[in-house]
Amino acid sequence: MHDPQAHLAPIPDEFEGDYPIRVRGLVNRFDDHVIHDGLDLDVKRGEIIGVVGGSGTGKSVLMRSIIGLQIPQEGSIEVLGRSITDARDDDDIDIRSQWGVLFQGGALFSTLTVAENVEVPLREFYPEITDELRHEIARYKVLLSGLPANATSKYPSELSGGMKKRAGLARALALDPELLFLDEPTAGLDPIGAAAFDTLIRSLQETLGLTVFLITHDLDTLYEICDRVAVLADKKVIAVGTIPELLALDHPWIQEYFNGPRGRAAKDAQDREAAHVVKPNPEAATSAMEQE
Amino acid sequence: MRALADFTIEPGQGGGGNVLHFSGPMVVSSLGLVDRRLRQIADPVDEIDVSDVERMDTVGAWTVWRLSQQLGAKIVNCRDEAERLINAISKADENRESIRAPRLPLIERVPDEVGKMVIALAVGFLQIIGFLGQAISAIGMTLRHPRRFRGLALVHQMELVGVNALGIVGLMSFLVGVVIAQQGAVQLQQFGAEIYTINLVGRLTLRELGILMTAIMVAGRSGSAFAAQLGTMKLTEEVDAMRTIGVSPTEALVLPRILATMIMLPLLGIYSSVLGIIGGAFLGSVSLGIPFLTFLARIQEVVPIHDVWVGLVKGPVFGLIVALAGCYQGMQVKTNAEEVGTRTTSAVVLAIFTVIVLDAFFAVFFTKIGWG
Repeated sequence: MHDPQAHLAPIPDEFEGDYPIRVRGLVNRFDDHVIHDGLDLDVKRGEIIGVVGGSGTGKSVLMRSIIGLQIPQEGSIEVLGRSITDARDDDDIDIRSQWGVLFQGGALFSTLTVAENVEVPLREFYPEITDELRHEIARYKVLLSGLPANATSKYPSELSGGMKKRAGLARALALDPELLFLDEPTAGLDPIGAAAFDTLIRSLQETLGLTVFLITHDLDTLYEICDRVAVLADKKVIAVGTIPELLALDHPWIQEYFNGPRGRAAKDAQDREAAHVVKPNPEAATSAMEQE
Repeated sequence: MRALADFTIEPGQGGGGNVLHFSGPMVVSSLGLVDRRLRQIADPVDEIDVSDVERMDTVGAWTVWRLSQQLGAKIVNCRDEAERLINAISKADENRESIRAPRLPLIERVPDEVGKMVIALAVGFLQIIGFLGQAISAIGMTLRHPRRFRGLALVHQMELVGVNALGIVGLMSFLVGVVIAQQGAVQLQQFGAEIYTINLVGRLTLRELGILMTAIMVAGRSGSAFAAQLGTMKLTEEVDAMRTIGVSPTEALVLPRILATMIMLPLLGIYSSVLGIIGGAFLGSVSLGIPFLTFLARIQEVVPIHDVWVGLVKGPVFGLIVALAGCYQGMQVKTNAEEVGTRTTSAVVLAIFTVIVLDAFFAVFFTKIGWG
């Protein structure tokens, strides 16, 4: 049996900031079906980390474990210094106001308008905010997410798929969280819409100093906005690093993923762009935030 | 205790205008209370000083930006990241109109709503007739192409509507039989006519109560299930998917449900009547001194056979109404999860109401034709 761990030396790392998300020895099982077996992952403050892996490797389960929706069989998860795995009931996880989650389909509350959706977390956590301010917050969040102003009074059923994702992002950002979880944000968007969404996430991350945990299949997204990429395979995170670092590894799945026809096309696009434009420096946002 | 934001207004140095001075963190958790006071500032302010602000998020940036617009003041001593936030926010400041769904004032809304309801009632009536027409034409289609008939779905629905309801319908009918016999006996005793309890139980259950209560129970159990199932399938676009594959939703979803209910309701009704009579006989043997088997034998003598026909004729009609209401309301769902709930409710209410109205009509009708 081929053991990929044998020749995957860990990628050296000189990061000295803190890690808002730390996962250690995570085990997730559904009956006999083992999803994760001793999975470790650290997410650095201020980075956009992309999580990739084949279908069924447990990317969404990992995200659900981190945000406390899925109770793992073993292992420990720490988010912003709080243990998620030791929480006995839902109320113990009192850092929910510090993260925002965008689900795959948007998961908007269908009986509320877009603006009312954004107001839900505000009402829940900060009832002392006046109606006036809350309406204003909801409106500028919707606009920040790239929706037109007239979308605020629309119901989710009146929105297109891409608009639902933007509305979901606006709700995820409602409380100005430090952490943003995105589950396939660009899946199902047209290439122009997906590129615009990538840019939006990058610019929000830089402006607001977010740490972003991003699950994606979209190679363009990985090349365009991710600082590091974590590869899920063989029930573990087999490697974390920048794409050039990952490409240097000799693992068949990683090679096939990034060097397949789609991977090459995305890389070429990235190279062409890099030749023309100087990419915004992600370190700037990180350091600016650390000064605060 | 969380830190709160605060502000002071002081005259500026060197004879300038007033300076509003923010302090503390300006984040979403600290601004709720101070916002109220900020909106009431009446003094002229020329500058907003944010040099002492510890942390700022977009809500803080919005507050500063909005205030500077409101007071016509300049923002000074801004650090880089705060300035970046305020810049980003200022770009997202347009169209300060309402963010609610548009809503008429009360005086216009009431007649508006009433008018809409009246129209919806009329349109709904036409639509349900149209829906019945669709179902009938689907029956015609399946008669012409018998291979398209969904036998398996029909049997499955018959199990759900009929077989799975046996327990609850049986228990309910037995208990109602007991109650009728007991209450009837109390009244009839006054004439010394307890023996007529048998007539009362037999005729009432076979003719009226058996089928009526079953119809109400099936409306609650299956009519609601039809509406919720079809409504959810509409929301998840399963119905549309069927249509694109060339499967008619009326044939595949509606027809099996309607036929299954029409077939099972008379059967359940007879079963219910039988259990009602057994309940009556049980009470008769326990407290009236009528032996169990004698009670059953007397039923044959005192209940005319047309009472059974009356019950059986009503069965398929009530079944049609219950299934039609459920399927129709389910297929009308368009927007969201709440609508599935309201449609399910109205399916049950509509079905039960129509069944009771029709039952009254049947009672008069059968008496007039001599099946009294």
